[in-house]
Amino acid sequence: MSNTTQVRHRRPVGNHRGAGPTAPPRVRRRPGSQQWAAWAFLAPVVLYLALFYAYPLYRNIDLSLRNYTVRSFVRGDAPFTGLKNYRTVFDDPTFAPALLHTVVFTAVCLVFQYAIGLALAVFFNQNFRLSATLRALFLVPWLLPLIVSASTWSWMLNSESGVVNAALHAVGIGPVNWLTSPSWSLTSVIIANIWIGVPFNLVVLYSGLQSIPAGLYEAAALDGAGPWRRFWSITFPLLRPVSAITLLLGLVYTLKVFDIIWIMTKGGPADSSTTFATWSYQLGFGNLLPAFGPGAAVGNLLVVAALVFGLIYMRVQRKQALS
Amino acid sequence: MNRRSRTWWKTAIGLLLTGVMLFPVYWMLNVSFTRDQDMRKSPPGLFPVHGTLEGYRAVLDQQLPYLGTSLVVGLGTVALTVALAAPAGYALAKLRPRGGGILSFVLLAAQMIPGIIMAMGFYAIYLSLGMLQSVPGLIIADSTLAVPFAVLIFTAFMSGIPGELLQAAKTDGAGPLRTFRSIVLPMSRNAVVTVSLFAFLWSWSDFVFASTLVNGGAHEPITLGIYHYIGNNNQEWNAIMATAVVASLPAAVILVLAQRYVAAGVTAGAVKD
Repeated sequence: MSNTTQVRHRRPVGNHRGAGPTAPPRVRRRPGSQQWAAWAFLAPVVLYLALFYAYPLYRNIDLSLRNYTVRSFVRGDAPFTGLKNYRTVFDDPTFAPALLHTVVFTAVCLVFQYAIGLALAVFFNQNFRLSATLRALFLVPWLLPLIVSASTWSWMLNSESGVVNAALHAVGIGPVNWLTSPSWSLTSVIIANIWIGVPFNLVVLYSGLQSIPAGLYEAAALDGAGPWRRFWSITFPLLRPVSAITLLLGLVYTLKVFDIIWIMTKGGPADSSTTFATWSYQLGFGNLLPAFGPGAAVGNLLVVAALVFGLIYMRVQRKQALS
Repeated sequence: MNRRSRTWWKTAIGLLLTGVMLFPVYWMLNVSFTRDQDMRKSPPGLFPVHGTLEGYRAVLDQQLPYLGTSLVVGLGTVALTVALAAPAGYALAKLRPRGGGILSFVLLAAQMIPGIIMAMGFYAIYLSLGMLQSVPGLIIADSTLAVPFAVLIFTAFMSGIPGELLQAAKTDGAGPLRTFRSIVLPMSRNAVVTVSLFAFLWSWSDFVFASTLVNGGAHEPITLGIYHYIGNNNQEWNAIMATAVVASLPAAVILVLAQRYVAAGVTAGAVKD
């Protein structure tokens, strides 16, 4: 309502400026001229996508197909070696652990983020005093810069002076070398990443809960269904479309998690928390002698994985929009 | 009476859950006020009893240039993102371009590309252009985090502007550019705010591009400031955490002042309504 009045105020201004002798009254635009206008508005973004998405991606593929050294990187005359970099990567002893860690990291993070997010969403969906404020506060971990979260978790998980080990000590559990022991490092980065991902799941699932009609719950309660039964027979099935979207998007996001792992453990110790994302960075930038080719090859494998799940996500979303 | 006490009970649980969730944030604050000699105390003090501002003094002494760079990069990213995305959103929402569906698809797919891949591509390009360690270069790279999302937000928002308004403007002789500037853009203020908030926050928080493209340069953002801190002096955790607190301020401000935009942005990215 207020929008329309606002624009009515603006219209006379438009008349005034458009009525000069240089601007003759226009005839109705033909669809052709609208097409031109549309693409004129789109041109900057199209150019931008070509320059800053397509070209870097192309350069990355190019990197992965040539034998780059620091010198040929600068001069740009690296010899074409086909899929040799990919073969190097597959044969690398880091490949199998990195693949395993990527799968475990992604799967465990997704399951916990979703389960905790859903439980919290159901909890906050009940109206109680302060529920809106507390729900807003839950966004904090998601809004913080990743380096802030990662360094805070690093200090909390510090073996000697960390608060987590102090708390474990208080209940009689010996110190755990969270970040420095190969058997715990992956767990540590998973815990930190779950903490960061819960708010996103909470917000999206909460908005999904809001669209379930309250009448259904009332009817079920009249029929004698308890809260547990109501959750499994109403909430969970009706939330399936939103759940699918949340999980798929979470999958794409989690696959490419880099900052947290790199800042907390650098993928170590001894590659025990290396995923494809950190391995790719390690190869390209982490060593004194950069291996740009293999690094780009690992990165491209990650792009393929992300795009496959991304396409599934878009299919699901389109199907839901149509139904 | 019974009902009210039941609600009170839920509030208590809610407070407890929020407390658990926000404990790391509290811990960051606590450590940022802790004296050096108490840092390795066992068990660690739950409250900064002998609080100190040493950490924050270190921030003032050493981190201000980093914060300044981050601010410039953030604002630059916002300007570039809005300038690119708002016209595109208008065209996709209202001008029905042929091939617009494909473009929307490409934008969605672009969001899926891991930042680390983009960083490597940018590194290769900037190296040959001599644009490494430059602030404009970082702004362009950071904007790739926000532009696809921004176009989608603008498209979704501008689709809601009634077609009759635009038709009326056209009848009055306004061309597409004028319609966009005088009607569509002023009416899309909420979308502009949402996009600006996210673009700023993402570029402020960016670590991947900063560490690959401007590492070691004259102008480094605050994320690198913290990263160097962690790498160099493992002992002064009050200074590290104080920097982290300062680096979190934009997020805190946004949460207090613009929480509804944030929630709108999160859901708009995931769920269509």
